[in-house]
Amino acid sequence: MLKRARTWLNVLTALWILLISVPVGLGAFTFVYAKGYSYLSNDPAACINCHVMRDQYDSWKRSSHHTVAVCNDCHTPGRLHEKYYGKAINGWWHSVAFTTQNFHEPIRIKPANLERANKACVGCHSQILSSAPHTLNERSCVRCHSTVGHL
Amino acid sequence: MNKPIVKHKRFRRLIPALVLSAAIVALIAALTLNIFERKGEERNPYFKVVELTDSTDDPAIWGRNFPLQYDAYRRTTDQVRTRFGGSEAIPHTPTDVDPRSVVAQSRLEEDPRLKIMWAGYAFSHDFREERGHAYMFEDQLYTERQRVVQQPGTCLNCHASTYVPMMSLGGGDLKKGFDALNKLPYSEAKNHVKHPVSCIDCHAPDTMKLRVTRPAFIEGLRVAKAAEGIQNYDVNKMATHQEMRTFACAQCHVEYYFKGPEKTLTFPWHKGLTADRILSYYDEQKFKDWVHKDTGAPALKAQHPEFEMWSQGIHARSGVSCTDCHMPFKREGAFKITDHHVRSPMLNVNRSCQTCHRWTEEELKGRVETIQSRTFDMRNTAMNALVELIGDIKAAQSKNVAPEKLEAAREQQRRAQFLLDFVEAENSTGFHAPQEAMRVLGLSIEHSRKGQLHIREPIK
Repeated sequence: MLKRARTWLNVLTALWILLISVPVGLGAFTFVYAKGYSYLSNDPAACINCHVMRDQYDSWKRSSHHTVAVCNDCHTPGRLHEKYYGKAINGWWHSVAFTTQNFHEPIRIKPANLERANKACVGCHSQILSSAPHTLNERSCVRCHSTVGHL
Repeated sequence: MNKPIVKHKRFRRLIPALVLSAAIVALIAALTLNIFERKGEERNPYFKVVELTDSTDDPAIWGRNFPLQYDAYRRTTDQVRTRFGGSEAIPHTPTDVDPRSVVAQSRLEEDPRLKIMWAGYAFSHDFREERGHAYMFEDQLYTERQRVVQQPGTCLNCHASTYVPMMSLGGGDLKKGFDALNKLPYSEAKNHVKHPVSCIDCHAPDTMKLRVTRPAFIEGLRVAKAAEGIQNYDVNKMATHQEMRTFACAQCHVEYYFKGPEKTLTFPWHKGLTADRILSYYDEQKFKDWVHKDTGAPALKAQHPEFEMWSQGIHARSGVSCTDCHMPFKREGAFKITDHHVRSPMLNVNRSCQTCHRWTEEELKGRVETIQSRTFDMRNTAMNALVELIGDIKAAQSKNVAPEKLEAAREQQRRAQFLLDFVEAENSTGFHAPQEAMRVLGLSIEHSRKGQLHIREPIK
């Protein structure tokens, strides 16, 4: 009786292990296959894994800022938790958009991301803000300096 | 007695987990496959299904290797109006001589002044808004103009896919085939062609590289470059890829004339690309398209000089090609392809204009239509001036006006007519080069008014 119960318990445990390990294993494979780990890095090449941002990547390489800033410096600025929140939320929506092939072309920056990039400008160039005409009530740096990040 | 119940409970707890796990696995597998497909698309820009050779002129065969491009190409059958262009599908009762069931709207009915301007010329009989590339052969075959005058085979240069027919007519020599086609009467030449402009007219079948296949353009660009001081220009060897994205279109979207008894298709760029330089070349050649029926003026008809007008505009100066706006890039999966549905950028503002101009669609459309409305107003002013000159010459002919004065007035009519027609026939209503279009129209008005002065009674 006891033996039979133990066998039954083993079967259950094995099933549980299988139920968890198969999705985890498949997920891990997909993560590696899709170069998921590259999105944790600071390498701009990660942003062109899916080719949609090829134009943005090319235009960044020709811009004045390419020697001092990579994608992450402007688009996911801030402390570690802010940076990874920015990466996670954009990563999710980019994946949804690219997988379903449902997105506006040419691609457009979203208000929240524009805000983020703007914060990055101010982060480095805060001193300029006290001099005219930057004291004006214009809240977007790239409205006038549209070619500094991407030519 | 309790144990089986416990077993069942434990097992039942597993069921939702089983379902959830299966769903997760299915989703991840689907995602993996999706990524796999995209990666595959990136690796293989196309799949070679058939062998394409230098004599494959059927676009459907090319379409097997390039289904996405071919699908878009087939959509040039669309008839959509824009504010100043595009074409409207007008029902037509098929007859023995014209079996078309749909045509485009008649420009002559929209603006009867055109009949006065072109009096005595085939265009005053039938002139409709141009339809898409798909109709180029059919619309030329059945226009009433064919029945008014005998056309040469030269016309087919730009109304059909002629690369393969010219190669076979010339026994492998494109230039020879070109000369042979030009000399044939249209009624005979038409039997040598099968398709409207096709893949092979712009692409090399082995590399897909853009190439120029029309001898008239090769020669035209050679003389135009020579006028700029660049000798022995060979477009297929010396043009950059970005330039070819304009030159492929400029093989046909240009001003031209049929030179000499051989009816050789010739682009009049020997002195430069602007309207007045082309006019002065025609003067030198003493060329005329027809004699105006009401005045006897040796008149010239301008034909769709899109390339020439574009070359004077800001987009040309900024290195923007025809293709960038009329066949913009689009994405299909991980493929980035050129949209082969050639059409007005006003029907595709998003991909055409907004790639560079960061304004809303309404704003951009508004800018274009402002330019076009102004050009159209000035075109009307110039047209009125010309019609008044024609009226004055007609009246003066029945009075006792000195022949040399009449001759001078006719000369002015020739100029005014060509310059006005240059903007009228150009398919952007001024947009390709707004200031140049206005300059040319200004010149046209000046010639019309000068012509009137020649035959006016002097004020005593």
